[in-house]
Amino acid sequence: MNSAVEIRGVRKDFGTVEALKGIDADIPAGRLTGLVGPDGAGKTTLMRMMAALMHPSQGELRVAGHDVTREAETIHRLTGYMPQRFGLYEDLSVQENLNLYADLQGLPRGETAQQFQRLLAFTGLAPFTRRLAGQLSGGMKQKLGLACALMAHPRVLLLDEPSVGVDPVSRQELWRMVQELADEGMSVLWATAYLDEAERCDQVLLLDEGEIRYAGAPQALTERIAGRSVLVSNLQVDRREFLADALDQPSVRDGVIQGGAVRLVLAETEVSPELSALVAGAGGQLEPAQGRFEDAFIDLLEGGTLGHSAIADRMEPVAAERDIMVSCHALTKRFGDFTATDQVSFEVRRGEVLGLLGPNGAGKSTTFKMLCGLLKPSAGRAEVVGLDLRHSGSAAKMQLGYMAQKFSLYDLMTVRQNLEFFSGIYGLRGTQRRERIDEMVEIFHLAPYLEAFPDSLPLGFKQRLALACALMHRPRVLFLDEPTSGVDPITRREFWTHITGLVRKGVTVLVTTHFMEEAEYCDRVVLVNRSQVIALDTPDGLKASVAGPDCPDPSMEDAFIRLVLAQQEQAA
Amino acid sequence: MNSRRLRALTIKESWQVVRDPSSLLIAFVMPPVLFFLFANAVSLDLEDVALGVVLESTGPAAQELAAAYDATPYFQVTTARDRRELDPLLVRGSLRGYVVIPADFDRQLRQPFGAPRVQVITDGSQPNTANFVQSYAQGVLSSWYAGRIDNPVPLLSLEQRFWFNPELDSRRVLLPGAMAIVMTMIGTLLTALVVAREWERGTMEAMMSTPAGTLELLASKLAPYFVLGMLATLGCTLMGILIYDLPYRGSLWALLLTSAAFLVPALGQGLLISTLAKNQFVAAQLAVFSGFMPAFLLSGFLYEIDSMPTWLQWLTQVVPARHYVQSLQSVFLAGDYWPELLRNSLALLAVGVLFFSLTLRNSHKVLD
Repeated sequence: MNSAVEIRGVRKDFGTVEALKGIDADIPAGRLTGLVGPDGAGKTTLMRMMAALMHPSQGELRVAGHDVTREAETIHRLTGYMPQRFGLYEDLSVQENLNLYADLQGLPRGETAQQFQRLLAFTGLAPFTRRLAGQLSGGMKQKLGLACALMAHPRVLLLDEPSVGVDPVSRQELWRMVQELADEGMSVLWATAYLDEAERCDQVLLLDEGEIRYAGAPQALTERIAGRSVLVSNLQVDRREFLADALDQPSVRDGVIQGGAVRLVLAETEVSPELSALVAGAGGQLEPAQGRFEDAFIDLLEGGTLGHSAIADRMEPVAAERDIMVSCHALTKRFGDFTATDQVSFEVRRGEVLGLLGPNGAGKSTTFKMLCGLLKPSAGRAEVVGLDLRHSGSAAKMQLGYMAQKFSLYDLMTVRQNLEFFSGIYGLRGTQRRERIDEMVEIFHLAPYLEAFPDSLPLGFKQRLALACALMHRPRVLFLDEPTSGVDPITRREFWTHITGLVRKGVTVLVTTHFMEEAEYCDRVVLVNRSQVIALDTPDGLKASVAGPDCPDPSMEDAFIRLVLAQQEQAA
Repeated sequence: MNSRRLRALTIKESWQVVRDPSSLLIAFVMPPVLFFLFANAVSLDLEDVALGVVLESTGPAAQELAAAYDATPYFQVTTARDRRELDPLLVRGSLRGYVVIPADFDRQLRQPFGAPRVQVITDGSQPNTANFVQSYAQGVLSSWYAGRIDNPVPLLSLEQRFWFNPELDSRRVLLPGAMAIVMTMIGTLLTALVVAREWERGTMEAMMSTPAGTLELLASKLAPYFVLGMLATLGCTLMGILIYDLPYRGSLWALLLTSAAFLVPALGQGLLISTLAKNQFVAAQLAVFSGFMPAFLLSGFLYEIDSMPTWLQWLTQVVPARHYVQSLQSVFLAGDYWPELLRNSLALLAVGVLFFSLTLRNSHKVLD
């Protein structure tokens, strides 16, 4: 079998930073290969070098048999490259974008009409040729980006994180298209931070901190942990508490919440007596589960985190003075004649995790922003801890903590200054302020980094700092806006250990996410589509609602896709 | 260079210009605003300057002179008997200066060959105004003295005439300058911004992964912004003539030629900036610092180049706006004076060649 890409001792330095540390690999031709790894692993750097946009500092990189440094022009002709932001001109229509790429790629004029027709049919964009690219939805932009990259029948197709920030429905369609291309014999490279996507590739190249951790078929890696995944269901105790206790056992490598059940990865195939006792004590039922690529990945990197969160252990339980902590009633937001959120109503109880899910542009963020008092509703009412956000906005804001995907840290201030700033804006003063800062430094082990800038921190520490900033004033309600996008699974585990710990202390959590796995951590999920709530149920309830003969055991993602499509069909 | 790719990129760029409101805003909304400001707010002419007159003498001649100051349209006169009354007003800034007509004014005047002494005190913290007060106060005194009946007819008299701008209306000099500013913004700022925007949106990366070369990418920016710049020139000219009463003494050809020559270095500078700045903020900073500020300060339309230190005068040679302002002023106020127009156009082309060669040296088709 010949190779689409040959990587021989490739190193890439940016100043003093080593982005790739001398890697060797062969990417087979005519297959779909996943380039998998957390943010900052070096995926984009490798992609750009394969597209001949960067030169390796050392080593040799050949794409379709051509050297990227010396034969860049040939590579530009033979490859199709879709960068992270698709490379589309938003002021140009779909057709104009296609025309531009056809001319730039030098597609023979006689072929253009036929190729346009083929690509438009393939991507389903035929009805939208006259629409400006800027007015397409995220999923449609992606398809157009793909069409442009495919214009001149590339031998190698390079896709850099095409599924970031894209909802499961669009993601599924994109997968189908790319798999079709690989089946026709095209060599496709798909970079992604989602490990569940790696499972669907023929081959994976697992990158972490500039090194290749694994290369080969994903199944081969998953087989290494065969027989070590178990599912504990029918728990009679709080599943979060059970997970925390289980993770503290040395025989348990990793664990996550999956709806009402808990999924564990064991260190050995044998179930240890301690675990059996724990399961029996919780009245649960232990059964073997299908191993997943993500389980194998965590195992490869030697384990997840412990089950108990130091911050949660320190916190006093939230007083049970009221049951409903967050509520919204017929919440509506209009921007001009566009309704972003239409009559959304739900309530969140004390100590509950509520997930807000929906495709891009469904109105999740708008709803979320109204609930944290960042946007004024056009109609309806939103309350946090019984305080109406319209009249007592600032009093309500003191009760809530907010953490976003981008961590909202100030990169020009040191870790210490960030902590001081955030404690200040939440009204902490004097001794209390100093005590809380010291406490956060101690709990999150930030002491060695106090004088460093957030930008230079490892991702995991950055996340801890962001969480520390949101928690210093002891909020009773926590808003998390896509908190773990692009974060590696181990860092994500640690994050959820803290969150579940806080929830057990009675903190109420609202979270928006694109990760179906994160949705499993929620007690209830609100599914939003086209500005309206289309489902509100427990994760297991949502899954059960779409189960049928063609899909007896639906995943969270299946549930999401089916519910969204059902509403769209109904509307059409 | 591949003509099919260049054509495709140029078409793309033109659509972007037409559909992006910010380009059109700079080309067609900024000129009227700048013209309005330069025609009304920025004026180098002074009228109604607050001037004090200290009348220490009660003699008829002194009274007459005081009345003469009162009568000119340039001054708004406050009269006093004692200079101590006016000092605080000058300190406070309510007066720009005062004239002292001494107690023995009439007596000095009556002496044979007697030259009466009049003192002028001005506020030196505003040098331009101070100069103006000083020379106008002097002028009023001279013409009053010359007009006295008992004065002998002067042997010599000065007939003044101001060429090109008989009324010394500063607007006539400023508006062509404003036009140079507008053109600098279109040529330099806009081109620098559009390339930076492509970096920010990731389209540059996508373009670079196609067979299109850097040269083609940059060259495709030239034609659309050249056309936009020429349209803005015509718009500014019409506005100047129709609304602000600018004379237009040259020919259309001279205007088009000189503007086309100006756009070469202006666009070159924009592209040069775009090879250095990959986000719009830095690009805008660089364009303002290296394009807008020199066009404002060193082009000679606001501050005279002849009164700058020699080394700075040399530096103004590479400021495209300097040559353009000269040509524009000539076309508007004097007419087609070809030696001057050609010399300026050649200078512009030379600066343009400099910018373009620097751009070429700086552009590589790799990301690192």
